[in-house]
Amino acid sequence: MEIPAARDPVSAARDAFGDAVLHVKQFRGETTLVVEAARLPEVLDFLRVSSGLVYNMLSDISAVDYYPEDYGDEFDGADGDYRPGRFAVSYHILSMLYNRRLRVKAFAAEEDPRLPTATVVWPAANWLEREIADMMGITFDGHPDQRRLLMPDDWHGHPHRRDYPLGKETVAFSFNEAEIRKHKPFAQN
Amino acid sequence: MGVSSKLGNLGVVTTTVEQAVNWARTGAMWPLLFGLACCAIEYMSSQASSYDLSRFGMELNRATPRQADLLIVSGRLTRKMAPVVRQLYDQMAEPKWVISMGDCASCGGVYNNYAIVQGVDEIIPVDVYIAGCPPRPEQLLHGILTLHEKVKSERVADWA
Amino acid sequence: MAVAAQAQSIEEQRKWEGSIDQLRGLVSERAMTGETMLLNMGPHHPSTHGVLRLLLELDGEEIVTCLPDIGFLHTGIEKSLEDKSYEKALPLTDRMDYLSPMSNNMSYSCAVEKLLDLDVPERGQIIRVICLELARCASHLVWLGTHAIDMGAMSVLLYAFRERERVLGMFEMLSGQRMMSSYIRPGGVWRDVPAEFLPTIKQFLDDFPAKVDDYEALLTQNPIWKDRAQGVGVVEPDVALAHGMTGPALRGSGVNWDLRKAQPYSGYETYDFNVPLGEHGDVYDRYLIRIQEFRESMKILNQAVARLETVKGPYRSENRKYVPPLRSELGQSMEAVIHHFKLWTYGYDAPDDEIYSAIESPRGEIGCYIHGTGANKPRRVHFKTPSFIHISALPVMSSGYLLADMVAIIGSVDIVLGDCDR
Repeated sequence: MEIPAARDPVSAARDAFGDAVLHVKQFRGETTLVVEAARLPEVLDFLRVSSGLVYNMLSDISAVDYYPEDYGDEFDGADGDYRPGRFAVSYHILSMLYNRRLRVKAFAAEEDPRLPTATVVWPAANWLEREIADMMGITFDGHPDQRRLLMPDDWHGHPHRRDYPLGKETVAFSFNEAEIRKHKPFAQN
Repeated sequence: MGVSSKLGNLGVVTTTVEQAVNWARTGAMWPLLFGLACCAIEYMSSQASSYDLSRFGMELNRATPRQADLLIVSGRLTRKMAPVVRQLYDQMAEPKWVISMGDCASCGGVYNNYAIVQGVDEIIPVDVYIAGCPPRPEQLLHGILTLHEKVKSERVADWA
Repeated sequence: MAVAAQAQSIEEQRKWEGSIDQLRGLVSERAMTGETMLLNMGPHHPSTHGVLRLLLELDGEEIVTCLPDIGFLHTGIEKSLEDKSYEKALPLTDRMDYLSPMSNNMSYSCAVEKLLDLDVPERGQIIRVICLELARCASHLVWLGTHAIDMGAMSVLLYAFRERERVLGMFEMLSGQRMMSSYIRPGGVWRDVPAEFLPTIKQFLDDFPAKVDDYEALLTQNPIWKDRAQGVGVVEPDVALAHGMTGPALRGSGVNWDLRKAQPYSGYETYDFNVPLGEHGDVYDRYLIRIQEFRESMKILNQAVARLETVKGPYRSENRKYVPPLRSELGQSMEAVIHHFKLWTYGYDAPDDEIYSAIESPRGEIGCYIHGTGANKPRRVHFKTPSFIHISALPVMSSGYLLADMVAIIGSVDIVLGDCDR
């Protein structure tokens, strides 16, 4: 079977979606495509099915929180990196046929962060997005299962946000030992 | 003419109730078949051929807490898992003992964060703490023998 | 008194206040009327390989669907990594996939090296390959033992752990720790192999193939094993790809994808080995693949050990801005002392940018995403772990099979809950 020649994902996406491709970045041989959040599933599906691209596998979805100040309009660091919102969600997709990877990234605002779900494109996105919804507090519209994934159902907050405290227990000294011991009713001397 | 005639004169052994009961308790202390994390793998190593926990009467792991005497908390205990472990402990029949295996179970270990219970003594009483991340099987054996020592020193008065 | 109060509050916390309506849309409508049964399996169950909870919907003995519930081992590793400098974060990565800590080290180290653009000398790469393949053997041995014990074959575990002790002994020789070795580090490995390592691994390589034959003699043609494994948990290749499955679970369905071949790292492209593939995508094929991977690992190890004897030189990078100097240099060079002090107190700065790097662990693709801050601590570290993906695919793998097959299916994808929950 003839394999169609590989196409450049950046120019292909620009041709197909025009202004929805907001930014393109190269770093250490990795291409990042920042797209408009509302059209994210469309772009992902285009990259998955188009001949010459065939990004048929979703490797990973990871979210990052740019809290407190490394984002927004006034941000100018890191070689002109483009960061319009506080939260970014990266879809790492892999083309087995052409053996290359691509990162598709979308930003979500600080207030009520929302993104459309990619579960319609890959079933694998189901849990990966649920994890982000749980740990980062980003809502995925249209996701079939909105329950928490990792934390207990009654947990407050989203632990992977940068403004969520790590929740350390401090080292016990004589002045605070009683305070710490209070949480360990069964500890013997 | 039962077994005694075939075995010859068995004689008589005198002992105290305490010693007899404690001997029985330490000789067949059945652990709960329960693992949490990395330490559970070392616990499996201790069960397996090289270290062979059955030398201490512990080859039989019970999958149900109702039949187990010993709860080995092997690994980090998360806030989500804590109610489950407490329930398992409550379901075990008296007398019961708990070994906290590894740093994470004993004090939170390297994970000093929101998700991990900083020591299982926040939820259940512990008899023996074993250090190590994870402890070697020899350390687990030492912990179990230490628990045996503790059990052997129990008195009738404390049983009530 | 305090104890009683605590027990009281725990008793209150334990009351479940949910309702079955929470599951509407996730289980079939028949479950709402009680026509099918909802059964809890786990989190304490002997054959869930850790603390996995499955909510099974059963029609008689047949599984209609299953809802895995994870997070019982969520350790907050990713959050803790944000609080540590890059070098000091490494020991935490050991404890994710606790059956093959070396793979986690490698995944994290590769990602940091990519972020820093750091090179690894050839000897370091060879030692890494040896460690990774030994870790693959050790991990598959635990899988073999536990999978067999789940399916009722008790004695395999005892044989498998006998060999595993030898591998762990070698890890201890290298790093001083049996399991959580933290041996592979950004820039190379912690130290050179000790003199007694080579004879030990050669002896192991001589003995081990015969042991693999022994395992096969116990299981491969065993009629009970075949009955339990063949035709169970079938995954079609397109389903496996859509659910993002990797590793032996994907190759069992006949998809030829191994990152060691496709996107080689650490010099894997220079080794001669095959990627075993299955045909049917069932439990039995996944078993056969892992057994063959033992043999392929032996091939790689034999070549790597031969190379280790000829290739001399540094085993970690000479770039002193990122890799600590040798202890022997500290007595002679002021600069080395400065580097040592700087690296072990502050660490090093990494660019404010993101990278993703993936390697082939015994379970599949383990990827590491790092976003730096420009300072000495990462903004975000995320691990894509194979067990997470495979547990999410359990519903499609198990629906339509019997309850007793669930245990076989869980065993065959080789899940580790520490890997899944992180």
